[in-house]
Amino acid sequence: MDMLTPEEWTAVALSLRVAFWATFWSLPFAVLTAWVLARGRFPGRSLLDGLVYLPLVLPKVVVGYLLLLSLGGRGFIGQYLDAWFGIKLIFTTAGATVAAAVVSFPLTVNAIRLALEAVDRGLETAARTLGASRLDVFFSVTLPLMLPGILSGALLAIASALGEFGATITFVSNVEGQTRTIPLAIYSATHMPDGDAMALRLTLVSVVLALGSLLLASVVDRRIRVMIGRA
Amino acid sequence: MIEVAIRLARPGGFALDCDFTVPARGVTALFGRSGAGKTTIIQAVAGVVRPDAGRIVVAGEVFFDSARRIDVPIEARRVGYVFQDARLFPHLPVERNLRYGERRSRAVERPIGFEAVVALLGIGHLLARRPHTLSGGERQRVAIGRALLAQPRLLLMDEPLAALDEARRTEILPYLERLRDTMGLPILYVSHSLDEVLRLADTLVALREGRQVAAGPLAQVMSQPDMLPVLGRFDLGTLLDCEVVRHDADYALSTLAFAGGELRVPQVERAVGATVRARVRARDVAIALAKPESVSVSNLLPAMVEDVRAQEGPYADIALRVGEGRLAAMVTRESAERLGLRPGLTVWAMVKSVAVEGSRPEFRDAGPTAPR
Repeated sequence: MDMLTPEEWTAVALSLRVAFWATFWSLPFAVLTAWVLARGRFPGRSLLDGLVYLPLVLPKVVVGYLLLLSLGGRGFIGQYLDAWFGIKLIFTTAGATVAAAVVSFPLTVNAIRLALEAVDRGLETAARTLGASRLDVFFSVTLPLMLPGILSGALLAIASALGEFGATITFVSNVEGQTRTIPLAIYSATHMPDGDAMALRLTLVSVVLALGSLLLASVVDRRIRVMIGRA
Repeated sequence: MIEVAIRLARPGGFALDCDFTVPARGVTALFGRSGAGKTTIIQAVAGVVRPDAGRIVVAGEVFFDSARRIDVPIEARRVGYVFQDARLFPHLPVERNLRYGERRSRAVERPIGFEAVVALLGIGHLLARRPHTLSGGERQRVAIGRALLAQPRLLLMDEPLAALDEARRTEILPYLERLRDTMGLPILYVSHSLDEVLRLADTLVALREGRQVAAGPLAQVMSQPDMLPVLGRFDLGTLLDCEVVRHDADYALSTLAFAGGELRVPQVERAVGATVRARVRARDVAIALAKPESVSVSNLLPAMVEDVRAQEGPYADIALRVGEGRLAAMVTRESAERLGLRPGLTVWAMVKSVAVEGSRPEFRDAGPTAPR
């Protein structure tokens, strides 16, 4: 495999790892948040709504800087993460994962929320008349019917995490093998005298990955719709 | 007994006020036009809708009592609910839809068996299918099976045939009759179709614009003049429980006996001695002061006028006593005056048309029984 240099392979592998874990950890929270926003009736719901979508509209550099202030080594949360659990986020892959998760979170929540709002509540009522508790109904009816939305949300999250740049470079800097994902590697390459070829190759990889995840999303979506009888 | 006494008001101006107690066996039809509040009542019985005040008690079990602050959650009420639109779970095959409630029924013993329900509804060949591949009629049968297998103590059916075309309706009605006759499960059946009600119901609760017009045994309620606004002029009439006396093969006619005498009707497919329910619309009963000799109408019954109601409009409602039975008649107000109809007058009732609604087996004892 000499299409890419070892340095470029490192960036690609790191990108995939960061995107996967960012999505993996944020998904349960995204489902919960979507459920609260779609079904919850409580004071402050609009505020929560705004907070969830904030990373989407803020400049990513601002998001990264806010992460630095809160989760950085001397941040008001970060210092305890380090002192109590020994978790360091600055300059680490874990930090890059957090940045990717925060930035892709609103997109994931939105996709899942749309799926949840499309679930026929009449089916949930039917399930309860058949003896299922609310929690049982969620896991046996609501969640399976949301599955296409959850999966397309997850793929959207992966795609957007692969492209994350601003928040990552501000929060955890540009460390090769730790935080230098594909976009950061391209950025570095453009600053090197003979980096044009590298930038071009990684750009190509970016396009292939993005296109691949979009295609996968539509295939999976169709499969699941057939599976749950919504074809 | 099933006791429903509830009040409820909705912001849109809709208000419901009903109070009835019906036997916890057989089919009780909630009958009325759309907007009458029929569906709201069974939603309240199921716990889907919460009344503002009142009481709902099913076979001694209090589901709701605003005075005692009792409101049993939906899943603990154990009522089977068959929705107008089936509401099968699209992500599960038919068999897992059927088993959904069965698996969750807390009953230690399950008197309603899977095989029996599948046989009763004729859905054995559908078990592996997905709901979206089923026809409307098949879907509704699976939905009924799913509700039954949850081992309910009461079955609620919300216009289960309304979303189906005429052919599908004819396909399902026999299954509903078998269900009524074999399962021994009380059924609250919402319908705006008089045909369905006459064919299935034993007890009738008639509703109009959120108010209860009448409640009681079907035949009794059907002949009440209060039913006029619910049924309309066209359908007001009398239900008669009749016995098949003899068949006349030459003319393809049968003779039915009821409390007020005998009726000749087109041949019915029942053995002599069988009980059938016949319906005589008020508009199909004409009145003569003397016995008419040369008329085509073959059902002439001596009668006595019991009551004449004629306030306004073109028609007068006449209540007749025929032997031990009663018959409602409708003539124009003008005719009623011309003939001098008044309570106590002896007349002849000319019955122009009789509809036979099918046979009724006697009630079985309450409590589920396996279908044959």
